[in-house]
Amino acid sequence: MAYLELNNIYKTYGQGDHETEVLSNINLSIEEGEFVAIVGFTGSGKTTLVNLINGLLEPTKGEVLFKGEPVSGTSHERGVIFQNYSLLPWLTVGQNVFMAVKEAFPKKSKKELNELVAEYVEMVSLTPAINKRPKELSGGMRQRVAVARALSMKPEMIIMDEPLGALDALTRGNLQDEILNIWGKDKRTALLITNDVDEGLYMADRIIPLKPGPNATLGPEFKIDIERPRDKTELNDNMNFKETRNAIIEYLMNIGDERKSQAREEFVLPDLSPKDFVNQFK
Amino acid sequence: MKQSITLGKVTKFMGLGFLSTLKDLFTGKLDKEDFKNFLRKVFVPLASILLFIGLWHVGSKYLYNREADFKIEKALTDQGPAAAEAMRECIASGDISCQPNTLPSPSQVWDSYKSLLRDHNIISADKAAFIEKTATLNAKRIAEGKAPITYTGRPSFIDQIIMSLKTVFAGFLLALIIAVPIGVLIGLSPTLKSAFNWFVQIFKPVSPVVWYLLVFMIVKTILIDSNGDSSFIISFISVGLCSMWATLVNTAMGVSSVDKDYINVAKVLKLGPFQKVFKVILPSSLPLIFTGLKITLSVAWMVLIAIELLAQSPGLGLFVWEEFQNGANDSNSKIIVAMFVIGIIGFLLDRIMLTIQNAVSFNKNDGI
Repeated sequence: MAYLELNNIYKTYGQGDHETEVLSNINLSIEEGEFVAIVGFTGSGKTTLVNLINGLLEPTKGEVLFKGEPVSGTSHERGVIFQNYSLLPWLTVGQNVFMAVKEAFPKKSKKELNELVAEYVEMVSLTPAINKRPKELSGGMRQRVAVARALSMKPEMIIMDEPLGALDALTRGNLQDEILNIWGKDKRTALLITNDVDEGLYMADRIIPLKPGPNATLGPEFKIDIERPRDKTELNDNMNFKETRNAIIEYLMNIGDERKSQAREEFVLPDLSPKDFVNQFK
Repeated sequence: MKQSITLGKVTKFMGLGFLSTLKDLFTGKLDKEDFKNFLRKVFVPLASILLFIGLWHVGSKYLYNREADFKIEKALTDQGPAAAEAMRECIASGDISCQPNTLPSPSQVWDSYKSLLRDHNIISADKAAFIEKTATLNAKRIAEGKAPITYTGRPSFIDQIIMSLKTVFAGFLLALIIAVPIGVLIGLSPTLKSAFNWFVQIFKPVSPVVWYLLVFMIVKTILIDSNGDSSFIISFISVGLCSMWATLVNTAMGVSSVDKDYINVAKVLKLGPFQKVFKVILPSSLPLIFTGLKITLSVAWMVLIAIELLAQSPGLGLFVWEEFQNGANDSNSKIIVAMFVIGIIGFLLDRIMLTIQNAVSFNKNDGI
């Protein structure tokens, strides 16, 4: 049985006439230790999908199974790295991480907790900034704190919702390597949501495109059989990489064209003319 | 790395940035661009203060002459030319008995200010002498289990300022103790919000005078057995109840509008309800709570004067009312002195709250 399973997931927002179906018929299974990337356009329902998996939202129809058990609410077993870092601005870097470890390991003594905090802050090489508040950090540093916070709870699965979306290309590359390094150490299961095909190709074992919403659903999966550790410059000459990349981009472009042609659909307006209200006063 | 705290930073933080410009002027660190700034920040306010005093002087002179002319005219029609001439001489001689009673000039107000200070010195010397005189007697009375003799003389102007500050702080604390917890509860629970909403909406616009009467009705009955003076209790409770609404509404709004990202963090970390309130919701609504408290303090200071006047509780409000009833020749200028003191203290209280508010505030997007 798969580690994480999504069976026939539907998610709608609103009710009655205002009901919009964001996700429809999502089926996904992830094996233990696998690194899966979901690639999609902005606004295609990626964040909704993530929130269904981490337990912040419940599906309208269908079920999310984690280790065979249906997901109800959030859990420390599934660590989340949010798109917008979501650090608490009134706490320092250390305090932000401490809050997470304290909740995850309530039985540990304060000394042990502090050691854990120091360990994970060191892992993302932010030890010199441990007493700084988020506003004193750059975007990349903030996201590293968010990574440390998520990992310090020792989750069995890491869910990343466009974690590097707001960063510049150079910082992005560095953080991709850092996340891969950390992931490589104990091979936790990982799910990465991204809008960057190259990022998915570089990091993941499998890429699944998300057809844009409303009624977003998952497309065919693309396996990436490139050995780790991968080298960014060598990747460009790798035939396998080129083919997969072209296939995914072609697939996404086709979806985009489809969506455009759909948008051209004509709507016939009812035959109405303004009411002659002058006669009303006679 | 710790940031050093300089005078410039502190004054800027308190909204008193012009002080550091003034310092630069005397230490010679001012260049041309700064000099323009200096003119704008120091010279312009000073000039407008002088202009204000000038206008006030001219205006009070005009009012004085108008009142004097009217008095002479009245003496002429009522009692004839001789009486009118006597009145003219009397006014010109500066005799107290026939001075026109109108808006005092700046110099009269300044004199009254000095006389109030002199009065304070006399009273405090008197008080010190009294305490010294009764020290041995009081020690004996306490040893015998009797109440000590206390000074019962008239309070000085400064004593009354201190009394007013005590009342306003007691009222402010009461508002804080009532409004913040209720605001948090209302903000957290939509059920409580609809239970309390009518209450807040109806009582918020009620006038200080009515609050005073309401509190008077209740406190008078509760303290029916005690012989003590309940005016202080009544006035601080009224001040608290009048001024707490801004804090209540702001707290409820701050708590109910916590950024969704922070709530998601609390959910993902699985914080318990207690932790969630104290570690996430309260810190993130602190800036709004302090905005409310700042408004509360300035409202409290404003209504205090009216309530002290009604409650006959010693303080600046009572001072103003007594001077008005007194009708002595320097009463009007003492009222104006009280007006300036009230204004300046209100300004300082506002600055103190602003400083605290700046210290606890953070930018909403700092963590995002």
